[in-house]
Amino acid sequence: MGIAALVGTPIKRREDPRLITGQATYVDDIKLPGMLYMAVLRSPYGHARIRSINTEAAKQAPGVVAVYTAQDLKGVVGNIPVAAPLPPHITNGMGRRGPLAEGKVRFYGDPVAVVIAESRYGARDALDLIEVDYEPLPAVVDPEKAAQPDAPLLYEEFGTNVAASVRPPTDEIDRVFAETQANGGIVVKQRMVNQRLAPSPMETRGVVAEFRKADRTLTIWSSSQIPHLLRNYLAEQLGLPQHQVRVIVPEVGGGFGCKLNIYPEEALAAFAAMKTGHPVKWIEDRSENLAVTIHGRDQINYVEVAATREGKITGLKVHVVSDLGAYLQFFTDVIAIAFTLPMICGCYDIPVAYGSCDIVFTNKAPTDAYRGAGRPEAAYIAERAVDLVAHALGKDPAEVRMINFVKPEQFPHKMATGTVYDSGNYQLALEKAMQLIGYQQLRAEQAQKRAQGKLMGIGISSYVEICGIGPKGLTPFGLYESARVRVDQSGDVLIYTGASPHGQGEETTFAQIAADEFGIPIERVLVLHGDTDSTPEGRGTYGSRTTAVGGTAVYNAVQKLKEKMKQIAAHMLEASPADVTLEDGKFSVAGAPQKAVTFAEVAAAANFSNTLPPGIEPGLETTVFFEPEACTFPFGTHICVVEIDKDTGEVHLRRYVAVDDCGRQLNPLLVAGQIHGGIVQGVGQALFEGVVYDENGQLLTSTFMDYAMPLASELPPFELDHTVTPTPYNPLGVKGVGEAGTIAATPAVAGAVADALGLPHVDIPFTPERIWRIIQQQQAQPQA
Amino acid sequence: MIPATFEYHPASSVDEAIALLSQYGDDAKLLAGGHSLIPTMKLRLAQPAHLIDIGRIPGLSYIREEGNVVAVGALTTYATIERSEVLRRHFALLPECASVIGDPQVRNRGTIGGSISHADPSADMPGAVRALKAEIRVRGPNGERTVAADDFFLGTFTTALEPGEMVTEIRFPLPPARTGSAYTKLANKASHYAVAGCAAVVTLGADGACTAASVVITGAGTMPTRASAVEAALVGKQLNEATVAEAASHAAEGLELMEDIHGSKQYRAQMAAVMARRAILKAAERARG
Ligand SMILES: Cc1cc2nc3c(=O)[nH]c(=O)nc-3n(C[C@H](O)[C@H](O)[C@H](O)COP(=O)(O)OP(=O)(O)OC[C@H]3O[C@@H](n4cnc5c(N)ncnc54)[C@H](O)[C@@H]3O)c2cc1C
Repeated sequence: MGIAALVGTPIKRREDPRLITGQATYVDDIKLPGMLYMAVLRSPYGHARIRSINTEAAKQAPGVVAVYTAQDLKGVVGNIPVAAPLPPHITNGMGRRGPLAEGKVRFYGDPVAVVIAESRYGARDALDLIEVDYEPLPAVVDPEKAAQPDAPLLYEEFGTNVAASVRPPTDEIDRVFAETQANGGIVVKQRMVNQRLAPSPMETRGVVAEFRKADRTLTIWSSSQIPHLLRNYLAEQLGLPQHQVRVIVPEVGGGFGCKLNIYPEEALAAFAAMKTGHPVKWIEDRSENLAVTIHGRDQINYVEVAATREGKITGLKVHVVSDLGAYLQFFTDVIAIAFTLPMICGCYDIPVAYGSCDIVFTNKAPTDAYRGAGRPEAAYIAERAVDLVAHALGKDPAEVRMINFVKPEQFPHKMATGTVYDSGNYQLALEKAMQLIGYQQLRAEQAQKRAQGKLMGIGISSYVEICGIGPKGLTPFGLYESARVRVDQSGDVLIYTGASPHGQGEETTFAQIAADEFGIPIERVLVLHGDTDSTPEGRGTYGSRTTAVGGTAVYNAVQKLKEKMKQIAAHMLEASPADVTLEDGKFSVAGAPQKAVTFAEVAAAANFSNTLPPGIEPGLETTVFFEPEACTFPFGTHICVVEIDKDTGEVHLRRYVAVDDCGRQLNPLLVAGQIHGGIVQGVGQALFEGVVYDENGQLLTSTFMDYAMPLASELPPFELDHTVTPTPYNPLGVKGVGEAGTIAATPAVAGAVADALGLPHVDIPFTPERIWRIIQQQQAQPQA
Repeated sequence: MIPATFEYHPASSVDEAIALLSQYGDDAKLLAGGHSLIPTMKLRLAQPAHLIDIGRIPGLSYIREEGNVVAVGALTTYATIERSEVLRRHFALLPECASVIGDPQVRNRGTIGGSISHADPSADMPGAVRALKAEIRVRGPNGERTVAADDFFLGTFTTALEPGEMVTEIRFPLPPARTGSAYTKLANKASHYAVAGCAAVVTLGADGACTAASVVITGAGTMPTRASAVEAALVGKQLNEATVAEAASHAAEGLELMEDIHGSKQYRAQMAAVMARRAILKAAERARG
C-alpha cells in the first residue's frame, strides 16, 4: 500500500471549483455557428383525439425554418426506447410512442409538433400559430379507476389500461395468516399511497444536435446520465450506425434518475438537425420539466402483515398498483416488479412474503426511476408494516425491529422474496442511531408532552436497499461498467470511465482509488467521462452503482497496469518480477529498498519502449469491464423527531439522526453529501411534494408556485454517523450510497408523524391541511 | 417560460412614465421590481407590448418621517423596509411583514408600490398597508390624488388605480401611544405566499383595555379584507388568550374565501382565525411595551 492513503479520507471534491465559480459547461452553454432553436407544442389536454393540425401560419412566421409533426417522422424516426418490455401487452406495443403524438394525445404536455427557428423566442412565438383541432376525450388519472372495465381507454386496441398483472398463488400466505391468527397473533391491513413526485433537478433537460452531412455523423450534447445507452438507442431510432453517432454529456445539473432516459426531444433535435443541416438546440423550461420529464413513485400499496403477540412477523402480503402514466419511458414498466416487490421484506427475516402487482396506464406523465426507483416504495412498505405491528401490539417500534431483523450471522441471506442480501448488521445501526439521538430520553419527553396535550413523535426507519446493479440478466443489455486507464510517459494517469458521474463526485473518488493503488499524488490522476468517442462502452450513472461497479473497473484496470509495470521495473532492476513491490510511488526489490525505480521512470520506459524487455508491448494502457456477480445491499437506521402545530397542522422536523452503512467509505465527505441530499428529497416526499392532476388530467402543479420543494430553512441540521460492513462482491468492499438518504427518510418522517398523532398510519405528504383535518377529527371524537 | 415580444422603455421621471402610459394605454405595463410581472409574462398570462421601467426613476425609494406621517416611496424594496429603524420603531408590523416575503433575492427586488398595485390576494404587504390605514399617493395624467388603503383594494388583482395612474408613495400615519402591531402568516409550502395571513394593529388604554383595533386578513380571501367583526369584538376588552381567541374566531366573517390545492375554504377560514389570534396577541404584547 502507498503513502498517506487517500481512500477513506474526506478530501474535497475536485469537480467543485469549476462548478462554484461558474466555469462549468452545461448543455445550454454550447453555442454553435448557425445554430437553430427548437420549441415543442404540447397538449393542453389530458386525453384528446387530434382531428387535424395546421402548421401553415407557423411556417410563415419570421425566423421559422421548419415545423414538424408526427407525419414528418413516419418511417424515419423510431419509437422511444424501452429497456425491458414486459409480455404480453407491452411486447405487443402497448404504451409505445414515437417522438410526437399521432392521432391522440394521452397526457398534459404530450408533444404534438416542433418549431425550428432562428431564435429561441421566435420558436416559442410560432408555437402559438399552430392550430390543432382537438376532440377532448374522457380522461382517467386514478390507476385504480383506470383498471376498472368501464374506464376510458388510452390504448383502445388492447381493451384495457392494465399493462401487466402479476398474481402468484396465495395459498401459502393465506395459510400463514390463518395460522398466525389461530395461534392468537394479529393480522394488520393498511392501504398506503406513495404519491407521485417530480424529480426537479436544478438543471432541466437540454439537447444540442449537430449533423455533418458529408460523413453523416451526428453529435448530440445531452444532459443525460447514460451517454452510451443514449447513443446506442438513438442510432437505432434514427437508422444510423452506432459509430456515426457521438454523444457528449457535458456538466449535468442533477439527474436523480429522470435523465436515465431517452426522451422524444433527443430524437426530435437530431431529426431537425439532419433535415435542416443546422445544429439544433432545445432547452426544457421549468414548466415543461414539471409536466413532461418523468415523474417518480405513484404507487398504491395494500399491505397486510401478520405477527405473533410477541411481535415476530410471520407473513407479509403486498399488492402494488403502479401508475405508469400515459407511455413507457426507459424503465417505466419494471420499477414496481423489479425493484419494489423483491425488496418488500426490508431488513426483516419474514418467513413468508407475497407480492402481487398491477401496472396501469393513466392520463398522466410517464413514471420512471426517481432517486431510489421502486426501493423507496419497498422501504416505505416494510417500515410502515413494522410500525403497524408495533402500534397494534402497543410495543416500541424499535423493539419490534430488533425482534425481526436478519441477524449478522445469517448473511448472505436469502429473503422470503428470493432476494439474496450480501452482508449486514442491522441491529448495530439501530442501536447506534438510538444512542445518538437519545431515544429513551426522547420517549420520556414525549410522554411528558403528551400529558400537556402537545404532539411530538419519533420515527424510525431501518432501511435496506439494493445497489450495485448489476449482475447478468437484469436487462437485455447487461449492466457492467468499464474503465480505460492510461499511464503516460510522464507518469500521469488518465482514467476514462464508462460511467457518467453528474454530481456524485467520482472524478474525486476514482482518482483516490488510482492514486492510492499506484502510490502517486492525486494531482497526477485525471478522471474523464461523458463522451462516447473517448470512453469505453458503459452503462452510466444511476442506482447507486457507479462506485461499486465503475469504481471496481478502475481498480481492476489499475491492478493490470501495476502488474505490467512490475515486469518492466523488474527488467530495469535486473530482478525477478515476483520480487518487485510498488510502494510510495517506487518499485523496489524486496529486501533491497535502495534498489528502486520511480513510478515515472517505469512509465517513461514503457512509453518510450526502447529499453523494454522482449515480449512486453509498449505503452501502458488497458480497458477493463467489470460485471458484478451479485448486488450489494446498503442499509442503516434513521431516526427523527417531529412536532406538530395543533392549530395549523404544520409538521416541524426537529431532529434527524442518520446512521448509514454503505460498506467501505472511499470518501466520508462525499458520503455525507449524498446522505444529506438524499434525506432532503426523502423528507420532501413526506412533508411537501406531490404532483397533482385534476380529474381531466390537467396538471395543477406546473410551476414551483404549486409544486412544493423542500427548503434548507425547513430542515434541522442532520446528525450523521455510520457503521462499516463491506460487501464481499467487489474488491473495494463498497456498496453504494446515492439513494440511501431518500429511501430512509420518507418512512422515518412518516413514522414520526403517525407516532405523534397516535395513529397506525397517515398517508404522505403531510400537508398542513391533511394533518389539521386529522387533529380536528380526533378532537371531535376523543379516543377512549 | 419565454415571454412574448415587448418593447422596453426606461422612464427617467414619474412624468415621463405617465406620459408613456398615456401613449400606450392598455398595451403598456409599468415595471418596478418585476417580481410579479416578469413571472406572469414568462407564463404568458400577461403579454404587454410595452414595458415602462420605473425602476430607474431617481428619488422614489425612501423612508421619511414627515410630522405625524412616515412616507415610504413606491420603489422602496422589502429589504429596505425590513431593515428600517424608523419603521421598526413605529410599526413593527411592516418590517416583520417584509421579512417573511419570499427570499433575500425577492426582497432585494420587490417593491412596496409594486406589491400593492399588483394586489395579489395572497400577497403579504397589501394586508399590512391596509391594517396601518395608510394613504396611497397616486399620480396620473390628471395630476395627483390620495386614496385611503381601505378604498384602494377592490378585488383580486384589482385596485382603485385608474388607467394611466401610478403609485408614488405610501403614507403611514403615526400610531397613538400604547399601539402595537404584528404580522403572521401561514405560508403556502410551495410559493410561500400566504394561505392565510393577518396584519393586526391594537391600541390599549391606560387601563390596558383595547381602545382601537385594525385587523386585516390576507391569503384566505379573494382580496385583503378588513375583519370588522374581530375589531368590534376586541375594542373595550382586556386582551388575553381567551378574549383574543373569541374575537379572532370571527376572522373569516365577510371573507370571500379562496380554495386551491394548498387549502380548502374551510381550512383557510380556520387559519385566518389562528393567524388573527396569534397576530393580535403579539400586537397586544408589543403595545404593552
Ligand atoms: C420567488 C418569489 C417569491 C415571492 N414570495 C412572495 C411572498 O411570500 N409574499 C408576497 O407578498 N409576495 C411574494 N412575491 C411577489 C413579490 O412580492 C413581488 O415583488 C411584488 O408582489 C411586486 O412588486 P414588484 O416591485 O416586483 O412589482 P412588478 O412585478 O414590477 O409589478 C407588479 C405589478 O404592479 C404594477 N406596478 C408596479 N409598480 C407600480 C406603481 N408604482 N404604480 C402602479 N403600478 C405599479 C406593474 O405594472 C405590475 O402590474 C414573490 C415573488 C417571487 C418571484
